[in-house]
Amino acid sequence: MTDRPSLSAAYWRGLRNGLPFMLVIVPFGTLFGVAATEAGLNLVEVMGFSVLVIAGASQFTAVQLMNDHTPALLVILTALAVNLRMAMYSASLAPHLGAAPRWQKALVAYFMIDQSFAVAAQDYERAPQQSLAEKLAYYAGACTPNCPTWYVATLAGALLGAAIPPEFALDFAVPVTFLAMIAPMLRSLPHLVAATVSVVAALVFSFLPSGLGVLVAAVLAMVAGARAETFLARRAA
Amino acid sequence: MMSADFYGRAEIWIIILALGVGTFFLRYSFLGLAGRRPLPEWALRYLRYTAVAVLPGLVAPLVLWPQATGGAPDPARLIAAAVTVLAGLATRNTLAAILGGFVSLYLALWLVG
Repeated sequence: MTDRPSLSAAYWRGLRNGLPFMLVIVPFGTLFGVAATEAGLNLVEVMGFSVLVIAGASQFTAVQLMNDHTPALLVILTALAVNLRMAMYSASLAPHLGAAPRWQKALVAYFMIDQSFAVAAQDYERAPQQSLAEKLAYYAGACTPNCPTWYVATLAGALLGAAIPPEFALDFAVPVTFLAMIAPMLRSLPHLVAATVSVVAALVFSFLPSGLGVLVAAVLAMVAGARAETFLARRAA
Repeated sequence: MMSADFYGRAEIWIIILALGVGTFFLRYSFLGLAGRRPLPEWALRYLRYTAVAVLPGLVAPLVLWPQATGGAPDPARLIAAAVTVLAGLATRNTLAAILGGFVSLYLALWLVG
């Protein structure tokens, strides 16, 4: 049985560890609101994205592909492919939170963003003997400053978007945001291989109907990354 | 033509809902199995590279052939893209990279025109 003070301590520790990420969520959410509004989505649709999907990179992907008039099915598939990493997050949290009641796991799943996963995984690894309740409290703490901020920032961007003149070159906000997300991901040689294959293949296959080239490039890049990892591991062994 | 006119409201909501439901189930997937079956190592190896496999391919044409210039490569935007990547690599920080990208974009647009 876990007592209340230890739960409250876990919650506040999660909140403190999650707090710095607000600095990323605010501009990122605002940019999404701006980009989606520029694409011609109305306020309810823009908010629908941020509330129902709550996954920035895939939201940007969907809006970008919609700008290219990609068939809806390809928009959905490509944007979901961006979120495949969430299955990996789910797998890595499962040993810690898998025993929780189904409704609590549903909440954990809904609020699973890169930031909440990253701090929680770190904390559970550091102190695996914590009770399930403490781990859930920590997770709730990490989500508190970030997830609601995502909605508010999107709303601000959507309201602001229409008022920003073209001289600000906001057309390039989407590429800049994508590149800024990608660069910190390039933390190993296989990641670099995957990214390079993705770029080259996407350009080579850009003659395909919009959206399809990116999907083909993504599959090739994923295989390239995984193969490069296996190859390097074998050589090191 | 704006995306909204191309798809129509109903299709936009289909995209939003399908993406929302699909993403939820990706997040719920292994938690739902209550951690009984750990993911095999080979599957994790592929999943590790999904984001880095999709996003660069998506952004490459946007950088090389920007919409704002009708698809003609634009020096200011190329410079901004390079600075964003370099800032992201150097700082490992998305926010710093976004800032670097926008500062260099405005500087380059102002200098190169």
